Amino acid sequence: MATVELRFSALPAHVRTARLVAAAVARRSGVDEAVLDEVRLAVGEACSRAVHLHRQHCPHTPVMVTLVDEDKTFQVSVTDEAPRGGDESGGGTLADLAKSADLEDPVVPGMGLAVISGLVEDLAVEHGADRGVVVRMRWPTST
Amino acid sequence: MDLSLSTRTEGDRIVVEVGGEIDVYTAPRLREQLVDLVADGKYHLIVDMEKVDFLDSTGLGVLVGGLKRVRAHDGSLRLVCTQERILKIFRITGLTKVFPIHASVEEAVNASE
Repeated sequence: MATVELRFSALPAHVRTARLVAAAVARRSGVDEAVLDEVRLAVGEACSRAVHLHRQHCPHTPVMVTLVDEDKTFQVSVTDEAPRGGDESGGGTLADLAKSADLEDPVVPGMGLAVISGLVEDLAVEHGADRGVVVRMRWPTST
Repeated sequence: MDLSLSTRTEGDRIVVEVGGEIDVYTAPRLREQLVDLVADGKYHLIVDMEKVDFLDSTGLGVLVGGLKRVRAHDGSLRLVCTQERILKIFRITGLTKVFPIHASVEEAVNASE
């Protein structure tokens, strides 16, 4: 098992760093090249969502990303520490979500998770022990 | 790669050429650009995304915001994109039904409203 952990301040600029790290570790773990764009986008969405929630609720708490290569699987977990009942809106299509978005805020609530669910087949969204959500995404590896 | 933005006039349309990454960090700059154009009375916009390397839901939100702004003035916002990895995000989100997406700037300029 190989693990990389990344803990970053809830700043939008660091989301790109998380994407780059995730893609680099995924490539090294043997994730198919054709899937790396998907990994990059999904991890970016999960981190953007966490950063958005942290900036609203706990701006001084870092976001945690864990990347694990184990048993022919590459797993990414993005953990936030925001209070329950954050911004996830239910129901409606993504187009509806987008159309109802606030013009002043480019982050469309619920859209990040919806994009992830459209991208990643092996996805689990679990509540943390006390607060927050863990978004777990898995991809097969060839090594 | 950072975001690059440039604008030019093509007939009665404004073409916004976007390059690099549109994400939670850079999307506010694109939003400002679209807001400024609308505030300046430019209501028929074409966003050329051929040089975009990365687009996430934050970028989609900005484009939808731009569309809402121009439509409030009976305007239009057309996209130019042929990159499969970018088009995939529009398909996943169902936004291919919301935005007219063209294969070239010329095609978008010549599209009738």
